[in-house]
Amino acid sequence: MKPKSYYEASARERMAAFLDPGSFQEFLPPTDRVSSPHLRQLDQPGAFDDGILVGSGRLAGHPVLAAAQEGVFMGGAVGEVHGAKLVGLLERTLVTRPAAVILLLETGGVRLHEANAGLVAVSEVMHAVLAVRVAGIPVLVLDGGQFGCFGGMGIVAALCDAVVMSEEGRLGLSGPEVIEASRGVEEFDSRDRALVWRTVGGKHRYLLGEATRLVEDTVPAFREAAIGLLGTLPVFGLEDLEAEHARLQGRLERFGDCRESFEIWTRLGIEDPQALPLLETSAFLAQVGGKRG
Amino acid sequence: MESLTFEYRGGVPIESPRIPVIAGVVGSGNLEILLEAEGPADHCTIVVVTAAAGFGAIWQAVMDDFVARHKPGGVRLSINDVGATPAVVSLRLEQAWDAFQGGSA
Repeated sequence: MKPKSYYEASARERMAAFLDPGSFQEFLPPTDRVSSPHLRQLDQPGAFDDGILVGSGRLAGHPVLAAAQEGVFMGGAVGEVHGAKLVGLLERTLVTRPAAVILLLETGGVRLHEANAGLVAVSEVMHAVLAVRVAGIPVLVLDGGQFGCFGGMGIVAALCDAVVMSEEGRLGLSGPEVIEASRGVEEFDSRDRALVWRTVGGKHRYLLGEATRLVEDTVPAFREAAIGLLGTLPVFGLEDLEAEHARLQGRLERFGDCRESFEIWTRLGIEDPQALPLLETSAFLAQVGGKRG
Repeated sequence: MESLTFEYRGGVPIESPRIPVIAGVVGSGNLEILLEAEGPADHCTIVVVTAAAGFGAIWQAVMDDFVARHKPGGVRLSINDVGATPAVVSLRLEQAWDAFQGGSA
């Protein structure tokens, strides 16, 4: 049987297939009915888990805490309860000290229906991620769902130790539709799928160094990449932050005048950059070799 | 939004204990069904919260069909719906029931 597509799976299917079989123990499961009070007031449909499942489990035998956002429910957007579940999971890490926290993100960012409560929730998630990293526990992001990872949660992904993406995954701050709505179609045509993917898609994010690993679109491929990263990530400190700032400054100097991903790929020294979008993941990785920003 | 409650009696009591299951996702044209062992042994309670108001008679028909087929007793179904068609509702009910019996969701 073909391995399950990460892109097509639901959050619950991903979590079950990602962790060691049968190891997932959910905190605040749907039977607890901890759902959004705001959506109820707005007469909008809610979900019993508010669009996120959090819990503990094992990854290749190592104890981990993990969360998975359900993109189909309101685009995976972060409301007050959804965010609180994520913050609670991260804070629990400081007590139970697992080998890692794994975040299966699929989200457009803040749930606008919940306005300030959603914004506060995302800022609390950011704070909690950094607290966990400083405590020496790595935070890994998986990004390969239909809705990508954008908005405030795009910042959260950038704050984590490592990001595993598939070609199908997308990562950014403002999503394509938001850029087009605010700056016009001449700036960015959100319906041009090739443009969208070569700008915010997994391959480009890998070449820019924002995605740590690029994997095939299967849950086992994400699992293997995450297992491979366990134990390899250094404890986060001030030097790492300064080194990252220096890397980003260097990247801006090197590519700041580029108007298109193709220009960046050419400048990276990759042969035949126009061919990259159509390559299978393994052929893509072979073609780019170690040439990354 | 509309809330509908359906009560049935005379079901076949499920063999306890059963782990609660969830089928489907709250998204456009879809729904989630939470199926739990709860209530008197021959009762089946179904609570629907739907974004599409005014379809009570169709919900009644779909639920009657499900209950006639499986005769669930001692269970509670809680549904969050965003305009799923009757066919999708029936499919999710079957998935939930199958998973509840120990199959996979």
